[in-house]
Amino acid sequence: MYIPLKSIFNSLFGTIENSTWEVIVTDYRLPKAITAILVGSGLGISGLLMQTLFRNPLAGPFVLGISSGASLGVALVILGSGLFGSLLATALISKWSIVIASSLGSFLVLLAVLAVSSKVRDTMAILIIGLMFGSITAAVVSVLSYFSSAEQLQQYIFWGFGSLSNLSWAELTLFFGIYLLGIILSIASIKGLNGLLLGDHYAKSLGLNLKQSRLVLILATSLIAGTITAFAGPIAFIGLAIPHLTRQIFKTSNHKILLPAVFLFGALVMLVCDSIAQLPGSDYTLPINAITALVGAPVVIWLLVRQRKMMF
Amino acid sequence: MNSENNNTILKAEQLSIGYKTKKADTIIASKINFELIKGQLIGLVGGNGIGKSTLLRTLIKLQPALSGSVLLNGQPLENISNLELAKQLSIVLTEPLSSKNLRVSELVALGRHPYTNWIGNTTKNDKTIISNAIDLVNITTLKDKWCYELSDGQLQKVMLARALAQDTDIIILDEPTTHLDMYHKAYILKLLQKLTKETGKTILFSSHEIDLAIQLCDHMIVMTDDKVIYNTPCNLISNGVFDTLFPKDLIAFDNSTGSFRVNK
Repeated sequence: MYIPLKSIFNSLFGTIENSTWEVIVTDYRLPKAITAILVGSGLGISGLLMQTLFRNPLAGPFVLGISSGASLGVALVILGSGLFGSLLATALISKWSIVIASSLGSFLVLLAVLAVSSKVRDTMAILIIGLMFGSITAAVVSVLSYFSSAEQLQQYIFWGFGSLSNLSWAELTLFFGIYLLGIILSIASIKGLNGLLLGDHYAKSLGLNLKQSRLVLILATSLIAGTITAFAGPIAFIGLAIPHLTRQIFKTSNHKILLPAVFLFGALVMLVCDSIAQLPGSDYTLPINAITALVGAPVVIWLLVRQRKMMF
Repeated sequence: MNSENNNTILKAEQLSIGYKTKKADTIIASKINFELIKGQLIGLVGGNGIGKSTLLRTLIKLQPALSGSVLLNGQPLENISNLELAKQLSIVLTEPLSSKNLRVSELVALGRHPYTNWIGNTTKNDKTIISNAIDLVNITTLKDKWCYELSDGQLQKVMLARALAQDTDIIILDEPTTHLDMYHKAYILKLLQKLTKETGKTILFSSHEIDLAIQLCDHMIVMTDDKVIYNTPCNLISNGVFDTLFPKDLIAFDNSTGSFRVNK
């Protein structure tokens, strides 16, 4: 629906002229814009943390298996609900049950990753274990979908498209609270992240408590990425690409600059993607997950081709 | 400790090094004794796979000793926290940097980490120490370059400057001369010698450049198959230690020139 710019400001700042428009702006569009900012900046930052921690430009919340965990939780609820009988099914598939299932899923995968990371010294191994978690999840999901009805499958696929809308203010408040906790942990890790740029051994020789830093970083990532996936679905690409784009543009790996830059850039890109997904002037809304990749991937390819090398 | 040992920075007592597994300990070398003295350059030499890196890893607390003890400034290594250790001991390793997307000055500044606040801001004092470190290794012209633009030799100097900026009593380098040409090998080791004289720091490095080490070091640690010997290069030569370093079928140590010769 088209609302004139002037009316949008009026609705935001209290002069009521059209109550329908006001409801749309304050209860739908504003929460959606805030969600976009949180999702974009959060995924970007968790990607940055993972890339530095795992010293791998391919790392991101997805590779670590956090998002796969969330997907598994959601798949179990939506696709597995048939197993509980149709009576329970309707009760189970509410919005909150999806949020809880996906948080629980990512949290469990996080616990597994944490348990592994305290045993395995090699960060590369942790990364591969994260990928294996992803494969297991994908397998379980395909087994589940084989036994599911078309309707359930559709619902699961729609969740997989990702969505920034439909968040009430209450949900948004909870979302923001957990997100903030993760961001605070990230800011507190800036110095350690810069130390990690030299490698684990150097970082340790600079007085860094490696085990503790790793734990804090993984915790921050799973808090941020876990809640984002819970509330907005598995949004691909942003977590991987935003840190790269920011490094290319700001030409530094210093996290004191990178972290705020990734925050702003992630939020910006997500807002732009959301605007495109909205197809301004039309009544259609495209899946956000497709837009982030469609818009973003060519940009990353273009930047890498132009610079001829990946800066890390 | 005796009063005469006041200048001892790092001391190994009946040290055994190796790897612990659940079944058994793999001992790589044992009965290692030495006392590294303030302001000296010490070279660690020995054949491939003899355990030089394992010894260095034990000394910098990357792996525990099997038995015996390592004392840094009179304190057992295992009682020193990571942060406290970072203020007394700095390292230069052979492993590549995770990220080279940093300016040289930024990289050197990372050496101030143990002293900076929670977010890593450098104070005026930190900046003076950083620029001193940069001057000491003659990399002032490289200051604003990116680390990925540097040659191996330049990067080695930058890493050395970073260790200097950490302002520690001792710097330990693992094979600082690998991948360098003959000139830069001599240059780096000569630089290390100069640094020990000018800054009073103790520098321990492992190397395969035995000839150079003999000429430049105050003391040397020689690792052979059955023992680890610590002495001055002159005494080591006159005791014939270098003769035992390698199998004699191919190369032999020439006492008069202090270098190895290929058997013809």
